[in-house]
Amino acid sequence: MAQKRKRLPNLDRVNPVDETGVNERVARFCTRSIKNDSKHTALKLVLSMIDLTTLEGQDTPGKVKQLCQKAIHLHDNLPGLPTVAAVCVYPNMVGIAKQALMGYGINVASVATAFPSGMSSRDIKLEETRNAVADGADEIDMVISRGAFLAGEYAYVFDEIAAVKEACGKAHLKVILETGELVTLDRVKKASVLAIQAGADFIKTSTGKIQPAATMQVTLIMLQTIREHYYATGEKVGMKPAGGISTSKLAIHYLVMLRETLGDEWMTPDLFRFGASSLANDVLMQLQRQADGLYQSPDYFSKD
Amino acid sequence: MAAKPAHGQARAPINKTCKIFIGGKFPRTESGRYYLFSNNSESAPYTANICRSSRKDFRNAVVAARAAQNGWATASAYLRGQILYRIAEILEGRREQFASELKLQGASTRQANSEVDASIDRLVYFAGWSDKYQQIFSTVNPVSSSHFNFSVLEPSGVVAVLSPECDPMQFGLLALVSNIAPVIVGGNTCVLLAEETHPLTAISLAEVLQASDVPGGVVNILTGSKSELVDFFASHKDVNCIVHSEANNANSTRIQQLASENLKRVVQRPVAQWHGETMQNPYLIKDTQEVKTTWHPIGS
Repeated sequence: MAQKRKRLPNLDRVNPVDETGVNERVARFCTRSIKNDSKHTALKLVLSMIDLTTLEGQDTPGKVKQLCQKAIHLHDNLPGLPTVAAVCVYPNMVGIAKQALMGYGINVASVATAFPSGMSSRDIKLEETRNAVADGADEIDMVISRGAFLAGEYAYVFDEIAAVKEACGKAHLKVILETGELVTLDRVKKASVLAIQAGADFIKTSTGKIQPAATMQVTLIMLQTIREHYYATGEKVGMKPAGGISTSKLAIHYLVMLRETLGDEWMTPDLFRFGASSLANDVLMQLQRQADGLYQSPDYFSKD
Repeated sequence: MAAKPAHGQARAPINKTCKIFIGGKFPRTESGRYYLFSNNSESAPYTANICRSSRKDFRNAVVAARAAQNGWATASAYLRGQILYRIAEILEGRREQFASELKLQGASTRQANSEVDASIDRLVYFAGWSDKYQQIFSTVNPVSSSHFNFSVLEPSGVVAVLSPECDPMQFGLLALVSNIAPVIVGGNTCVLLAEETHPLTAISLAEVLQASDVPGGVVNILTGSKSELVDFFASHKDVNCIVHSEANNANSTRIQQLASENLKRVVQRPVAQWHGETMQNPYLIKDTQEVKTTWHPIGS
């Protein structure tokens, strides 16, 4: 199966995207009426799907430990909350995060391959990936070489993803397309096909360092590509929109889109994640409001 | 010059859509609800559909007010004063409009003109205090240790204002201005609920605010039913202070109880003659300020 999957697809055969159609479809996802009970369930699901992320040059071990504490104790005033899915950090922070999260069932995700630009040699990228996995990363978020992709060197990008997947070993691989730099939905679709064929466990929109980051349009294209792959092979690939999703309302729109594109089977942290840092607190504020009926203030929620 | 109507038909009047004011923009209420305002006149009847804001409009307004608060508080006192003065200037230029709306809200011509005058003067009055109230209320405190101890005022933050019921001699502009000016001159941002029976001047004042360099979100104005919204005004945890003039004891107690959720400052204004000199003083600014005291060690 895996052998069969790893063949460079003919990207010229990828159907072009109808952008107007996509916009109309997306607009419709945002008009669904979500009743209170469903909203409550959805908010908890969103929480359980969050990759709590800190990817700053100013990250310190203290900051990472604090973020891990936040992941474990989201908001102790509200009993029965799920934990987030993972904590996402730079490779040199993996060991610290791993130790802090030991025994809590929260994964450690590490970006790798010269994140966020991906402008480095393949040896270095592979070495970085192996180091992160050796330090205990359960998931690797790699970036594709956008320069090579835009220059049409699809084989280079394909081989690179396949090589990183091999270097990951047991760790899950998320492939960041950085859709903000691909510009058109056609290229997003091609890159999605390429990444899935090369062995991605998840495809992910953005690094969060480029604007625009995740949009509902690119996410829909990627979900549709996942669906096509599922119909063709029966394999389930995960999806992670990242960057710019900071409100519960928007997150719930994404869940509606997920449900209506891929169905219930994908409504799990194993197959869908949000890459976000400020989303968690907004969701917590909504849940607290549902609990006590009062509009909340960020003052009463830990920052990270 | 107005075009001559074709076929002898009268020109259809263009009426203003009355909208609310959130974050420097004029949305309709998200609820889509409205209530009818009428001047109860048989000779010159006037009616308007006024937005009946929902709790979600209030929530959105608080988000806008919170986002604007830091920038407004850190703007220089001089700039805040200039902007308040600018509001007065623009209001002066639109005095005819406000006078006619005050008349729709029940004033005589003389009363309307005098209320517009008083409102403009009051804005100028508070504009002048912007870089002076701090000197009046700040103190250097004597302490018996080697510390330089001083207290200064800081804005409370986001202030919710329930517009006062107008006393029979006022018609919905002076009270509005007198409630907004002292709050914002001190670096607070506010969400104001206009009085249900005097919405026209509140909506037009929002247009004046938008045209006078007041940053979006510093003043947000909603129209609608007070009894429906008062609980949310009082209990919202991201509101730092509530200003009201609830004469009814049970209602004012309820506001205090709900405000205690996050220890909001509660300011109760009298249902007063806003024309009076007593309603024009710097203590009105101090009401929505917090006192910060600093202990600074000095050599013995």
